[in-house]
Amino acid sequence: MSKDTVSRTLIVAVSLCVVCSLLVSGAAVSLRPMQIENQKLDIKKNLLLASGLLKNSKASKAEIEKIFESVEAQVIDFKTGEVVDVDPEQYDELKEARDAKTRYNIPSSADVGKIRARAPYGKVYRVMENGVVSMIVLPVFGKGLWSTMYGFVALAPDTKTIKGLGFYQHGETPGLGGEIENPRWLAQWSGKQAFDEEYQPVVEVIKGSVDSTTPGNTHKVDGLSGATITSNGVTGMMQYWLGDDAYGPYLAQFRQGSAATEFDTSFETDEEVL
Amino acid sequence: MSIKKNLIDPIFNNNPIALQILGICSALAVTTKLESVLVMCLAVIVVTALSNFCVSLIRNNIPSSIRIIVQMTIIASLVILTDQVLKAFVYDVAKSMSVYIGLIITNCIVMGRAEAYAMKNGPVMSLIDGIGNGLGYSIVLLFVGVFRELLGSGALLGIEIFKLKNAGGWFQPDGMFLLSPMAFFLIGFFIWGVRTWKPEQVEH
Repeated sequence: MSKDTVSRTLIVAVSLCVVCSLLVSGAAVSLRPMQIENQKLDIKKNLLLASGLLKNSKASKAEIEKIFESVEAQVIDFKTGEVVDVDPEQYDELKEARDAKTRYNIPSSADVGKIRARAPYGKVYRVMENGVVSMIVLPVFGKGLWSTMYGFVALAPDTKTIKGLGFYQHGETPGLGGEIENPRWLAQWSGKQAFDEEYQPVVEVIKGSVDSTTPGNTHKVDGLSGATITSNGVTGMMQYWLGDDAYGPYLAQFRQGSAATEFDTSFETDEEVL
Repeated sequence: MSIKKNLIDPIFNNNPIALQILGICSALAVTTKLESVLVMCLAVIVVTALSNFCVSLIRNNIPSSIRIIVQMTIIASLVILTDQVLKAFVYDVAKSMSVYIGLIITNCIVMGRAEAYAMKNGPVMSLIDGIGNGLGYSIVLLFVGVFRELLGSGALLGIEIFKLKNAGGWFQPDGMFLLSPMAFFLIGFFIWGVRTWKPEQVEH
């Protein structure tokens, strides 16, 4: 039988497809648990890197899990800022944001980052130190040039001072917008003031570098050269998530809560030694 | 054709990028960091070798009317396998490679070798040919990657070699090296070098 007959062609095509699909689906199914575990660990690692609790980006699984013990996750309702009774392990805010049934469409007046939709609830990670919250880490995402950038913002207990920023997933141009991953650029965020006096988020990425003598430089971060749209995306992301339509109400409640308890660290800035 | 010739020839004498001008696209995309270059090279070697091997195994049964689709299916399956394995075992690197592993499917070298060599030769020789062409691809990528990372970010494999000016050192990195066009220039220099050394490759 010649190999070019119709029946032979069909037999080859079908059997090839069966073999290949078995191989591919077999690999996908058997490797899936490992991949999910890697993904979860990667998100935890980036949370810790953003908050500065972890310095070494090549840390092992055990190290990450150990540091992560001091982190407490909660689910909050964005509208009220109240903690809701939902298991943070089970709640997938990114899935809810994609699902047309559950998602909250951001009104365009509030949508400074062109994010369009988010989940109705959000996660908050509180870093505990001797029973006191030493840092609040918020998961955020925003639109860059090509992709959605996913990351974490860490705030000091005064809720105004940024302790760190980090991204765990994005598809920006390597070397240009991709520099949002650059530790040196990210380090600038630490110590910046996210809000103005009225607690409106004003922190922004500017074009060029920040002149430390101009007023308001504590609200500004150097732009990434050759990546204006990515830089603007980061600004939009920060201003949206810290604003009234997202984590604003929660942060306001947190401030009230911590003002009510006796420890008030608001204006005891560290004195510059040396 | 001896095994050795099959393995060594594609590196300089018949380099898939420098002489056949195949696989340029991924050579531009993944060469800003040496680490991703290494993973990409490994992935391409594995995929080219195995796809050549598989295609050659069933070459006498492939009807010529659907041979391209058959090759494509085999290559695509192997690439997905590679991607899954990378995601399961070296997640960090796989993440930094993002779509480019998947894009090996469209790498002309893989399909070019399947069609030009594996369809006419035995499985073992095809396997060797695949490895050889993968190596040929790798040597160009490594060349481009070393220059781009060293001059573009002052580092190799993420380890600082030149202290950068904005970190208090002396080296002003050249952002041009991080842009794709620079890879074109570097490949051009590589081809120039190879053809100066082996003038018989010059086209007239």
